[in-house]
Amino acid sequence: MTLEVDDLRVYYRTLKGDVQALDGVSFGLRDGEILGLAGESGCGKTTLGKALIRLDGRMKHVGGSVTLDGQVLPIGEDAKMNPYRFKQVSLIPQYSMSAMNPTRKIGRMVRELLESRREKLDLDELHQRLELVELPKDVLGKYPIELSGGMKQRMVMVISTLLNPSLLIADEITSALDVSTQKAVVTTLKGFRDRGFVKSMIFITHDISLTNQLADTIMVMYAGKLAEKAPASTVVNAPKHPYTQLLISSLPEVGVRYADKRLTGIPGNPPSLLKPEPGCRFRARCPLAFEKCAEDPPPVEVEKDHVVACWKAA
Amino acid sequence: MKTEALYFAVRNTKLLVGAGIILVLLGIGVIGPFFIEKPPTEYVGMQMQPPGAEYWLGTNTFGQDLWAQFVHGLRTTFLVGALGGGIAAVIGMVVGFLAGYKGGWIDEILNMLTNIVLVLPTLAVLFILNAYIGVRSAGMQALFIGLTQWPWAARSIRAQTFSLRGRDFVDLARLSGVGSGRIIAREIAPNMSSYLLLTFILLFGGSILIASSLDFIGLGPTDAVSLGLMLQQAHQWSAMHLGLWWWFVPPGAGITLIVGALYVANVGLDEVFNPKLREL
Amino acid sequence: MRRYFGRKLLIYGLTFFMAVTVNWLVPRLMPGDPVASMLARARVAQPEAQEALRVYYNNLFGFDLPWWQQYLNSWGSLFRGDFGISLWAFPTPVADLLTRAVPYSLALLVPSILLSWVVGNRLGALAARRKVLDNTVLPVSYVLTATPYLWLAALMAWGFGVVWGIFPVAGGYSFSMTPSFTWDFFVDLFWHWLLPFSSLFLVALGGWAIGMRNVIIYELESDYANYMSALGAPQKLIRRYAFRNAVLPQITGLALQLGVLVAGALVTEIVFSYPGLGSLILAAIQNKDFFLLQGAFLFIVLGVLIANFIIDVVYVIVDPRTRVGMVGAAA
Ligand SMILES: Nc1ncnc2c1ncn2[C@@H]1O[C@H](COP(=O)(O)OP(=O)(O)OP(=O)(O)O)[C@@H](O)[C@H]1O
Ligand code: SF4
Ligand SMILES: [Mg+2]
Repeated sequence: MTLEVDDLRVYYRTLKGDVQALDGVSFGLRDGEILGLAGESGCGKTTLGKALIRLDGRMKHVGGSVTLDGQVLPIGEDAKMNPYRFKQVSLIPQYSMSAMNPTRKIGRMVRELLESRREKLDLDELHQRLELVELPKDVLGKYPIELSGGMKQRMVMVISTLLNPSLLIADEITSALDVSTQKAVVTTLKGFRDRGFVKSMIFITHDISLTNQLADTIMVMYAGKLAEKAPASTVVNAPKHPYTQLLISSLPEVGVRYADKRLTGIPGNPPSLLKPEPGCRFRARCPLAFEKCAEDPPPVEVEKDHVVACWKAA
Repeated sequence: MKTEALYFAVRNTKLLVGAGIILVLLGIGVIGPFFIEKPPTEYVGMQMQPPGAEYWLGTNTFGQDLWAQFVHGLRTTFLVGALGGGIAAVIGMVVGFLAGYKGGWIDEILNMLTNIVLVLPTLAVLFILNAYIGVRSAGMQALFIGLTQWPWAARSIRAQTFSLRGRDFVDLARLSGVGSGRIIAREIAPNMSSYLLLTFILLFGGSILIASSLDFIGLGPTDAVSLGLMLQQAHQWSAMHLGLWWWFVPPGAGITLIVGALYVANVGLDEVFNPKLREL
Repeated sequence: MRRYFGRKLLIYGLTFFMAVTVNWLVPRLMPGDPVASMLARARVAQPEAQEALRVYYNNLFGFDLPWWQQYLNSWGSLFRGDFGISLWAFPTPVADLLTRAVPYSLALLVPSILLSWVVGNRLGALAARRKVLDNTVLPVSYVLTATPYLWLAALMAWGFGVVWGIFPVAGGYSFSMTPSFTWDFFVDLFWHWLLPFSSLFLVALGGWAIGMRNVIIYELESDYANYMSALGAPQKLIRRYAFRNAVLPQITGLALQLGVLVAGALVTEIVFSYPGLGSLILAAIQNKDFFLLQGAFLFIVLGVLIANFIIDVVYVIVDPRTRVGMVGAAA
């Protein structure tokens, strides 16, 4: 296992109380595995992604642990996380367009970044990787605004993976792109994995069909909890959790993003995460709900590599 | 939204302290003159008296009551600040809204005008206008200040309007045939009302500072007493060398207090309106 | 970049054009015979000069010429550096008075602007870093920006000059001295300069500190800062980038503040009777010397425009994006 997440809880502090955005999520990631993370808006995907690399000021680590390559990550302590960042865990941000300092030439920025982490810049390696993503060498002598949007994103992808991290987190990096560019990004990410630039990857997206092209495993979250996790084809073809089933069936055709469509099959909204009621969080909207659902359904491995948190599926 | 703003407003120390100081000084300036029978320029007797029980802020070389001048001066200073700031805010809004909403050549021209007035050194323009035209009422002073202070407000309002222009609700209004003026008044202005308030407060403070400079170089109102004029007279009649610190310390402190309180209240208000700035 | 400068120069050109035009127009809007009324209101030093002045100014205004001829002539004399003759300091030409005063004004303005900008930016950046500093630097800065220039000047003159007697409080140099290139004279000059400079510096400092603090906090929350933090870059590097980028809006701010700073210098000079433009303007106003006033106005406008242009050039040097040609400093 590259990554082991055990009962991870991360809350947002707000004036009204804690928002329990990530409430006891456990899963593992093998070497070379790409995990697609899916779920309705607000279910905690970004929160999970951030929890693995850098909590923002309002987030607090409430419980659970993250183990990467056998080391427990001090995710709650910003300074102590620094040695792991970039080298063990890295991220491709959603905001690639503005991720680079606008007033530094890209090459110089990369060099300064690496120096600050006490890493030597291997220029040949960098050039090779640029070539791999079809960027000319001379981008290093340019300022970010001189690059097109797609070029900036590829540049950021190269920077993020330069130190061959064990885990790469990519949060909605394709949502602003057109279909053909999305495909290219997905292909590039696969290439990074195949060449060993990254060991494993968590790919967060709203587009299940895109996830399906890239991910080995898909994990579906609902309201801060894991709903279902299984090999990609199983999630798409034979989901067991009622929520996943509705999610998949509400996709009329490949390529349609579920965020663009209201989930007509599922009336109602996710519960508030401020003080969620005990029991299955999907209960209010679940067509199969019964008395037992007033208790929290534990995630159960119903078959090999297929975990479902639902009383009906177990 | 409104109740939420109120919730944070009554808990924001900066806003409370700033607004408190302003209200106290404003109260003195508005109500104070009614308790002082003699006009502030009258010679009440003893000259060069230090502050004491009878004359709270002492008297100057002419034997004028400085407390009376201070109270009346506060009133003028507030008046010039509010009026000058208000005029500047109105011009800034009109120019900013028009330029931002209409775009095109109207924007080009207004933008050019804004930039020209922006680079003109305000005080220099004011002393030319004031010296020649020579009308010296407090209202006139405020008008001149307003006429030169609006450009930065216009510029930021223009930018805000520009970003609001593309929003759905504005499009909707436009499609249903509502006129530009109405859209600006009904859809755009209310959406940036908090921003407009902040702008006005900054213009208010700025106008007071400019007025004090004008007063000091001898271009203040001739029909009123203001804090700036007190400073000017103190300087002109060598208060400093005569050791009459009570002639020039209180009026300057008054100006600093008002402007500082306005700025601090402004920061507080910004925090109230802008969730990102609230500290947890 | 060419477009950027083209636009700027157009604006400056138009501004100067407008300033000159206003300057030409304003006296002509006065009712009656402007020369007569100005001379009547002015306190001319030598009464016997009245007649000479009247003739001179009637010629200068050239009222018998068509208005456009008058207007063109005024541009002509402007380019010849002819601003007329001072009424108050008759028969000294206005241009002489101004050029004598300008070095003193510049000596106050340039160092106080540059130093307050540099130090203020440093302070603001420090304040953004430490809570303790934020809680001290920020309130002090707000008090400083709210202080009228003239009042701080008066307080300092009174405290350091009158009460403690450390510094002289009037003039550019001691009465007993004659300007010369001697060490003694320079010391004397410096001694007279220090207080007005300090008070200008202090008031301006507050604004820069507040501005830098706010911009840098904004920069530290920007995407690139977040990305670098996520990649474990040390705070030192991130702050260096943030500071570098925060300096850019502060340069623009410098251009916007020039008018206020100049105004501050003028009143500060008056407080210290410092022989710069401010004192000259005060004399012009008190003596109703309109020609001197007009000359001072044009000098100041021209100076501010030149300063603006210098700032534009600096901005282009400092912000690579303007050179790449996509964006410019906010007009
Ligand atoms: N700063 C915050 N303060 C309070 N609550 C927050 C904050 N950020 C996120 N949340 C809450 O945490 C929950 C999870 O948010 P998160 O951003 O992880 O969702 P997501 O799955 O990434 O959604 P999306 O698909 O829209 O990106 C949401 O209910 C959201 O309201
Ligand atoms: S546990 Fe109950 S409510 Fe929850 S998904 Fe399963 S059946 Fe529905
Ligand atoms: Mg998200």
